Amino acid sequence: MSDHDKVYSTKLQDKIERNTLLMFVAVALAVAVGGIVEIVPLFYLPNTAMLGGDGTMNGTAHKDANGNVVASVVWKPQAGQTLEDWKPGDGVRPYKPLELAGRTVFIREGCYLCHSQMIRPFRDEKDRYGHYSIAEESMYDHPFQWGSKRTGPDLARVGGKYSDEWHRRHLKYPREVVPESVMPNYFFLEKKMVDPDQTIKTMEVMASMPFNPVPRDIYSASYIASAKAQVEGKTEMDAVIAFLQSLGNHVKFQEGVNYRD
Amino acid sequence: MEATQATPVKYDMDVVRWFTIMAVVYAVVGTLIGVYVASELAWPFLNFDIPEITFGRLRPLHTNAVIFAFGGCTLMATGYYMVQRTGGTRLWSNGLAWFTFWGWNLIIVLAVITLPLGMTQSKEYAELEWPIDILIAIVWVAFGLNHIMTNTIRKTSHIYVSNWFTMAMIVMIAYLHIVNSLAIPVSLTQSVSVFSGVQDAMVQWWWGHNAVGFYLTAGFLGIMYYFVPKQSGRPVFSYRLSVLHFWTLSFGYVWLGAHHLQYTALPDWTGSLGAAISLAMIIPSWGGAMNGMMTLSGAWDKLRTDYILRFLVTSLAFYAMSTFDGPVMAIKTVNALSHYTDWTVGHVHAGALGWMAMVSFGALYHMVKKLWNTEMYSDSLVNVHFWVALIGSVIYIVAMWVSGIMQGLMWRDYDEYGTLTYTFVETVSAMHPYYAMRAVGGAIFNLGTWIMLYNVVMTVRQANAARRVSAVPANA
Repeated sequence: MSDHDKVYSTKLQDKIERNTLLMFVAVALAVAVGGIVEIVPLFYLPNTAMLGGDGTMNGTAHKDANGNVVASVVWKPQAGQTLEDWKPGDGVRPYKPLELAGRTVFIREGCYLCHSQMIRPFRDEKDRYGHYSIAEESMYDHPFQWGSKRTGPDLARVGGKYSDEWHRRHLKYPREVVPESVMPNYFFLEKKMVDPDQTIKTMEVMASMPFNPVPRDIYSASYIASAKAQVEGKTEMDAVIAFLQSLGNHVKFQEGVNYRD
Repeated sequence: MEATQATPVKYDMDVVRWFTIMAVVYAVVGTLIGVYVASELAWPFLNFDIPEITFGRLRPLHTNAVIFAFGGCTLMATGYYMVQRTGGTRLWSNGLAWFTFWGWNLIIVLAVITLPLGMTQSKEYAELEWPIDILIAIVWVAFGLNHIMTNTIRKTSHIYVSNWFTMAMIVMIAYLHIVNSLAIPVSLTQSVSVFSGVQDAMVQWWWGHNAVGFYLTAGFLGIMYYFVPKQSGRPVFSYRLSVLHFWTLSFGYVWLGAHHLQYTALPDWTGSLGAAISLAMIIPSWGGAMNGMMTLSGAWDKLRTDYILRFLVTSLAFYAMSTFDGPVMAIKTVNALSHYTDWTVGHVHAGALGWMAMVSFGALYHMVKKLWNTEMYSDSLVNVHFWVALIGSVIYIVAMWVSGIMQGLMWRDYDEYGTLTYTFVETVSAMHPYYAMRAVGGAIFNLGTWIMLYNVVMTVRQANAARRVSAVPANA
């Protein structure tokens, strides 16, 4: 028996090492398992805020201390209602046109690299930022903006915390408002106008997503058509402020309800 | 490891030479951008009110430059080098290899142009917009095809262990890149991910952690399994351990992404599963590190004189350390403190500077000598580079560990009245000395890459000059 025929491990391993195609297939299978197990169930298990094909949430029902199911935290328009009829606390809704334009700027400037949008269920985070974030609150976020680093504070519930004027001054020159801040100056957002066509196209894309699209009764043809008038003449600064002010006040949280079970 | 043949094989090494040179160039560029973005956090005036160089736009350029430009060129240089030499064969297609060289460098140029302009998908380490994503997929598949087909035409009976790791990287990165980048275009320069919320977070961190697990770990373990034995002149310590290392790592690493999402809106079971497998991964990781270290059995004295070997062995120490650090951070109670802080940044750089860059430097120096058939222009400069890189890494990592743990503790601190002790901005200003220290550590590391670039350029010039002299006829 020559040295090259000797099996140093197991017969199977030896066979794999001698055959490129076999090794390719074995590797392709081995590395696929973990992702399938961890990702695929998130598309059908409860509490992952995935809209089914019929527009209903996949078994997501939050219960109070007595075990009674509480009302859905996702907003559905009544007949004749548009996004403009929504009020804070009515439930999770998609973005209005100017907010969506602001979100595009937020992504472009890489804000998510320093600001998370995901509050964890800890006492200090509740005191600092508010109620912990729940899956439904980012269901319309294509892509998600949870972030991974807090060089600056979390923004998940920043909406309504500061005035528009505070945001304007702070975004333009952060250190004029907060001397210790390390945030770049975003004064240039005041000089750039929102592009209505790009906003309309983005809304169309959001409504045609394969997963969690914005329902067509919310982004209706007439509502999308109204977007142009809503964003025309607005600066990117106006848009970013509208986006920030829209964050975190969608759901009216009730005491004693577990929103993450 | 190499085939013993009657007639020496002529390998396709020109493309490897070019990838090697570009890897050294991108090591300089990528870490230089890193030093700049680090400095912006310490001294924010450095944003200079120029949108294109603000932290938010430059940080993705830094990560892309070090991972895909420096890391990518190193992986392709070593990938093509190892598969030829361990198989005793030329590349399946030299032309396709050149396509990957120009394609990959075109992608890097496009990244340098588009990221500062704010064209981003906002997915960490997968920021590039959809037309570039398609280009990446094409070039990556071309690299994979060429590598795998070269394995099929090898002259040896078995595929060498380095090529298993490279193959696992090729397959997994193809999966990850294609799934995570699925998006609907709004325009040529903007697209929106098809996933949202919880599903998008899990897909992104499945990508995010396996870009680390396969691109930056499996790929570089392939490098370790070839260059440590070659440089030390000793066979791999244990073949059986390498088999175990390979399959457990390939199967297990994939599960870890969920540990990036502890206590978020991701279901609890997913994060817990990710944490459990993360802890289990200490075993293959340390098994692999030991396998590399023990390869030096009986040759430890070489560390005194062989500076290239110093890089390789030190990288294994950092690999062992960061594969302990990582699982600890995956534990929920630790993650509650470490998440969102600089501890994560410190952990990443323990891996990126200490492990990935160090093993790359070792492999690149080794290849430069072989590819140009010469000695280094200056061995003592290799030694200087080693110490500079080591000192820079340690300063960087220590700064981030201290600032991360400190900030995490400050955030959760309560005073005697039951109110939060610190405002957020107080924790920001407390970070300043560490951000300055991190910038200094990074600058020292960057200095080392300049030394390397100089040394490599001089070595190549020296080799080319020597070749010209030897080409002159003896009687001239």
